[in-house]
Amino acid sequence: MRKIFAAGLLGLSLATSGLAYAEPVKVGMITTLSGGGAGLGVDARDGFMLALKLAGDTEIEVVTEDDAMKPELAVQIADKMIQSDQVDLLTGIIWSNLAMAVVPNAVAQGKFYLSPNAGPSPLAGAKCHENYFNVAYQNDNFHEAMGNYAQNEGIKKMFILAPNYPAGTDSLNGFKRYYKGELVGEVYTKLGQTDYAAEIAQIRASGADSVFFFLPGGMGIAFVKQYAQSGVGIPLMGPGFSFSQDVLGAIGDAAIGAKNSASWSKDLDNEANKTFVEAFQKEYNRLPSVYAAQAYDTANLIVSASKKASVKDADAFRAALKEAQFDSVRGKFKFNTNNHPIQDLYVREVVKEGDVLTNKIVGTAFTDHGDAYAEQCKM
Amino acid sequence: MSTALIIEQLLNGLQFGVMLFLMAAGLTLIFGVMGLINLAHGSFYMIGAFACAAVAAATGSFWIGLAASLAAAAAAGTLVEVAVIRRLYDRDHLDQVLATFALILIFSEATRWLFGSFPLYLDIPPVLAGAVALPGGAHYQLYRLAIIGIGVLVAVGLYYLISRTRLGMRIRAGESDREMIAALGVDIGTLYTMVFALGAALAGLAGALVGALQSVQVGMGEPVLILAFVVIVIGGIGSIKGALVGAVLVGLTDTLGRFLLPKLFTVFLGPADGATTGAALASMLIYIVMALILAFRPKGLFPATA
Repeated sequence: MRKIFAAGLLGLSLATSGLAYAEPVKVGMITTLSGGGAGLGVDARDGFMLALKLAGDTEIEVVTEDDAMKPELAVQIADKMIQSDQVDLLTGIIWSNLAMAVVPNAVAQGKFYLSPNAGPSPLAGAKCHENYFNVAYQNDNFHEAMGNYAQNEGIKKMFILAPNYPAGTDSLNGFKRYYKGELVGEVYTKLGQTDYAAEIAQIRASGADSVFFFLPGGMGIAFVKQYAQSGVGIPLMGPGFSFSQDVLGAIGDAAIGAKNSASWSKDLDNEANKTFVEAFQKEYNRLPSVYAAQAYDTANLIVSASKKASVKDADAFRAALKEAQFDSVRGKFKFNTNNHPIQDLYVREVVKEGDVLTNKIVGTAFTDHGDAYAEQCKM
Repeated sequence: MSTALIIEQLLNGLQFGVMLFLMAAGLTLIFGVMGLINLAHGSFYMIGAFACAAVAAATGSFWIGLAASLAAAAAAGTLVEVAVIRRLYDRDHLDQVLATFALILIFSEATRWLFGSFPLYLDIPPVLAGAVALPGGAHYQLYRLAIIGIGVLVAVGLYYLISRTRLGMRIRAGESDREMIAALGVDIGTLYTMVFALGAALAGLAGALVGALQSVQVGMGEPVLILAFVVIVIGGIGSIKGALVGAVLVGLTDTLGRFLLPKLFTVFLGPADGATTGAALASMLIYIVMALILAFRPKGLFPATA
């Protein structure tokens, strides 16, 4: 399954004027387009391609392949893209375990990697690399934001829940970094678990004031539905992934009122975001998720850098990336010393607009927030 | 730890076990009667869930969706048996595994092509919403109680079908000597198709029932399939009774393990480490139980054929 997209078909007229000195850039996009996690990868791919289309950039060629959420497959695809497709730059990976398998090897071979989603802590700290840019977040960020929110709201007793894998433990650690109240329960579930009756019974018995959970994709859908059906009624909160646009439809009305944290929301008030949300809806006939927004920013960052420097001149291109002079849908955006974002994080609430469930910003958790690992990065 | 919590967790274990039984019954029946390893059984589970979600969304009725899930899974089962499986009875297990694995991929991608990559929405019917109060102060979700009820009905129905009806007699005869009952004039081909469709319909029913609790998405059948295999190995391959006992055993072990082990380890290791270690061990628990049972009863708890 190999698709080559000739990017920017509609922008032929623009290409002749503004981009005369842009060198061609070949981008390898490895993302999840099949299996249970496909919703996230499809959104990332669509957001990325939309940005190129709107920029009218014909010099950026994208090769897309499906990693099926399997690390070994992602590694093979990355090798193939570097060896035979001769890409200059890789992007697209959604999952942290896949990123850990692909990124260190790719950047060691002198390629650039721009992460549109995963931000595992080693790559932000000790294993950071000058060719690795994370355009999304460091994994702990959304969870830290929710911990900070719970702390500031004065919530006394929390029940916290995440799957038992690296991103899950990172999540609860991120939450605990800012939340100092009492934890009446800390539960790790099996990765891929779909029945949460046992955990929900514990939540009911715990006497918590609120429940924080991180369960991406289908796990979160299952949890929230079962939680609502069980009638426990203790308010839910979580990182944006738990209530992202790609899962809200499947969760249904049970999600209404849940607080969640993200660096982006569809109602963020800036020109770039308005253009993005409108164009995405028009092009794909659905609302964008945070994954689409991050990938859209990633593509625009590449476009901005390729206008300033040739990708063949690694030092100049790297410097151009680092400047991050593009109109982010998140409003303001800049890179920290470890090439991870410094950005605002918002608290959102799930609301119903007409027939569609979506998120609305109700507060700011952090302003200009970096990450806890930047100091460990020696670059 | 209150009595109410323990009662709730026992019921949770039972409900999980009953759901596994619906999957395992078809799988063990197909293996017992036809000697076929069917990896695509999880696909029928998925088909049931998607059919229920799609029809329930179109008609607004969960019950019509549930009927559609049975029909769709049985139809898919019949089609697969006639088109593919029929050619595999005389082949060895490796060929069967390869062909039915290919079927998983075909069904998954076809479902994605039809319904897209995003999970579908399916809610429990309003009649069964809410919880009921039980003795000891426990509250239990009505829908999950209904699943337990349906599972018991299916178990009784299957028992009656296998041991009291003519069809059941033929199924049992087919299990012990296929050539002989063919020689006696029983249309073994039709019999196999019926058994296969019955197994598929049960998987579809499980998928639809569980789809309302969990998320209806591509690939939802495979994790359940693995557990269903564990169940039939523990219970004894080919035995419906074994599938029932094995399923309830696995359901209770898994649920109580997830609930009690982290608590136990927290006593020794403190909250953060205890919770992760306990959770890790809990996820292995059913496989440990399976290994132990196989060590003492290599053919499972209720070996089907002597």
